[in-house]
Amino acid sequence: MAHAPEPDPATSDLGEERPKWDNKAQYFLSCIGFAVGLGNIWRFPYLCQTYGGGAFLIPYLIALVFEGIPIFHVELAIGQRLRKGSVGVWTAISPYLSGVGLGCVTLSLLISLYYNAIVAWVLWYLLNSFQHPLPWSSCPPDLNRTGFVEECQGSSAVSYFWYRQTLNIAADINDSGSIQWRLLLCLAASWAVVYMCIIRGIETTGKVIYFTALFPYLVLTIFVIRGLTLPGATKGLIYLFTPKMHILQSPQVWLDAATQIFFSLSLAFGGHIAFASYNSPRNDCQKDAVVIALVNSMTSLYASIAVFSVLGFKATNDHEHCLDRNILSLINEFDFPEQSISRDDYLAVLMHLNATWPKRVAQLPLKVCRLEDFLDKSASGPGLAFIVFTEAVLHMPGAPAWAVLFFGMLFTLGLSTMFGSMEAVITPMLDVGVLPRWVPKEALTGLVCLACFLFATCFTLQSGNYWLEIFDNVAASLNLLILAFLEVVGVAYVYGMKRFCDDIAWMTGRRPSPYWRLTWRVVSPLLLLTIFVAYITLLSQKPLSYRAWNPKYELFPARQEKLYPGWVLAACVLLSLLPLLWVPGVALAQLLTRRRMWRDRDARPDTNTS
Amino acid sequence: MAKADLSAAWIFFFLTLPCVFHPERMLWLLFFLVTAIHAELCQPGAANAFKVRLSIRTALGNKAYAWDTSEEYLFKAMVAFSMRKVPNREATEISHVLLCNVTQRVSFWFVVTDPSKNHTLPAVEVQTAIRMNKNRINGAFFLNDQTLEFLKIPSTLAPPMDPSVPIWIIIFGVIFCIVIVAITLLILSGIRQRRRKNKEPSEVDDAEDKCENMNTIENGIPCDPLDMKGGHINDAFMTEDERLTPL
Repeated sequence: MAHAPEPDPATSDLGEERPKWDNKAQYFLSCIGFAVGLGNIWRFPYLCQTYGGGAFLIPYLIALVFEGIPIFHVELAIGQRLRKGSVGVWTAISPYLSGVGLGCVTLSLLISLYYNAIVAWVLWYLLNSFQHPLPWSSCPPDLNRTGFVEECQGSSAVSYFWYRQTLNIAADINDSGSIQWRLLLCLAASWAVVYMCIIRGIETTGKVIYFTALFPYLVLTIFVIRGLTLPGATKGLIYLFTPKMHILQSPQVWLDAATQIFFSLSLAFGGHIAFASYNSPRNDCQKDAVVIALVNSMTSLYASIAVFSVLGFKATNDHEHCLDRNILSLINEFDFPEQSISRDDYLAVLMHLNATWPKRVAQLPLKVCRLEDFLDKSASGPGLAFIVFTEAVLHMPGAPAWAVLFFGMLFTLGLSTMFGSMEAVITPMLDVGVLPRWVPKEALTGLVCLACFLFATCFTLQSGNYWLEIFDNVAASLNLLILAFLEVVGVAYVYGMKRFCDDIAWMTGRRPSPYWRLTWRVVSPLLLLTIFVAYITLLSQKPLSYRAWNPKYELFPARQEKLYPGWVLAACVLLSLLPLLWVPGVALAQLLTRRRMWRDRDARPDTNTS
Repeated sequence: MAKADLSAAWIFFFLTLPCVFHPERMLWLLFFLVTAIHAELCQPGAANAFKVRLSIRTALGNKAYAWDTSEEYLFKAMVAFSMRKVPNREATEISHVLLCNVTQRVSFWFVVTDPSKNHTLPAVEVQTAIRMNKNRINGAFFLNDQTLEFLKIPSTLAPPMDPSVPIWIIIFGVIFCIVIVAITLLILSGIRQRRRKNKEPSEVDDAEDKCENMNTIENGIPCDPLDMKGGHINDAFMTEDERLTPL
């Protein structure tokens, strides 16, 4: 093993001992907290339901086994072995590849910016949940108090609270509007909380993570128990998990499964590398990778049970209200006694009345009420949390308590992910020594948090939500895919599979099995390349558009489809390329410096040639 | 209104005709005519008539009361009470309020007539009166704005309950203060830790000297440094042991 680098001593560049986790549990919970995030709650259940329920689990598991776990293992292994953040790790693997590390850092920084904006929204809703009745339960009355505000009347109280009273959203991405001070305050508070928790690196994170990583599981359990006892929950669950195998034929399913597992495990951020670098070198990172990835997927499934039992309840509720409204119209029109038509008799009575008084029935505003339509009305992302779920919570007895629990859970989920992405930024900075050694860690963390907060204020503008969506969809996804590809290829081919297997054997006590070697060498890179190509193809197929909330739209409350203006697209392209530019940029810089060094060495007279 | 006048003309005509009918039958005729007039004043869709709809069972469930003539009397009383609050209409009586077309739904039409019972009061006045006293009317029947509807009379919505300081600001203030205090404490403890670490190399030597000095001058008696071992090792005993040969 002459070429294998000696196990590094415990000292880092700082000249003092590298911080360590207090115990294995802290490391475990930090990785789990980083991996389990908002996407597990609001993206996985939606995908599960859209792509044929139980059938979606098949591509999901395949992606987990062939893509998620191998790449995750690579990250943990190199972090633990080389005991540096992402920049240090990649510099150690090959100086030409240190651009990958810098790319990861830049990307983590960009993602932290908008992720904490989402956490700020969650905080706003959490703060507003401590009142009864909940502020999104009813529309505010208009100026002369004869009716409700028109925008609210046309859509719904929940949508109005989200789009108008929270975001105060502009109708177009072009008019930025003014900064919403409420959201600014919540953003300041979230960054203050994040700073408080990462102020001394893993020393403080390790203590807080016990709460932020475990609290969501407690709340999920409570919601599962409560959700399963709600009427209509079973209908929602059956609808969710009924497998529709024919959907598996569409390639979109496989693409979404692969991207979901990839983003769900928070790969290519550099956060797992940072966390693993604080481990003791002889730690079984292989077992850790498998266990954490499985826990992450189990959490997604568990969360979908909770989410869909509540959504099933909501759909049943909405269906009953729809029927009741129709029944009331009939009763009012024909002056039948109250409650004389039950929900079951409704259709029969309607047919009878349609036969006898067709004209009178025709002019009534009767809607078609089908339970499947309501069950189909699922949503993903912020739409699920802030519109659909908040409305479902309104109908549960003791609504404020459930709202507090739900948004508290989302807040802690978002926080634990923020710890990982901030650690991915700060650990490399500490390793590289961005600030002089006498500057304390607290100051560096504070500066980073302050800078991020100031940059993130652009998301509190009235068009902030539109920017966030484009950040999320375009800038983050593509970069993560490319960086992960470079990671796997870099370790498998540049670092050397033999060297890597030796390192893992030294750390865990056994050599990686052929499954690992095959996935690292062939399967994962190929998968990532396929996903990337498919992603680009899908993006380029139709012009990028966004759906705007425009009260003056004819089809309001449907959202208006608008195209992104040119300058926005240019900004997006810039954001997408920025992290990636480090890779060729640094490689080129290294090449030039080396070439100069060689040229100088050749020019000098040979005195100390060996 | 025209019909009422016409009917009045007919009454006058019959009264002034030579009395060929029996007086009793005359009275019955008068009674029917009067009800006819009233019926014509209160008709679905008549001018100044309003439709009312009650949803008693929705509001009260098991405790719902049946809608009978007594309840109708109470309703008329509430409407008359509301009209009395309007200036110039303080003389409105219960008998001036006419109900008609009561259905099983519990919906009916009503009008308010003037003291002469010939024509109905303008809709605007009735509307204002009902709007001002909607709460009292709702309370009399244990209903609310959704279950006691006056169609065409929109009710004034309750003003939003805005506390002077929104609740979210209070909770935000609490959380933010706690976080700022925690950050300050952490920073201060970090500074203290760093200061202690910087002083340690020099402090350790001082401490050792101090320790020794203290021991030697404890109780004014110079102590044997061996005493610091806390009785674990007793040199005297140990030396004796050494003299014994091992078994």
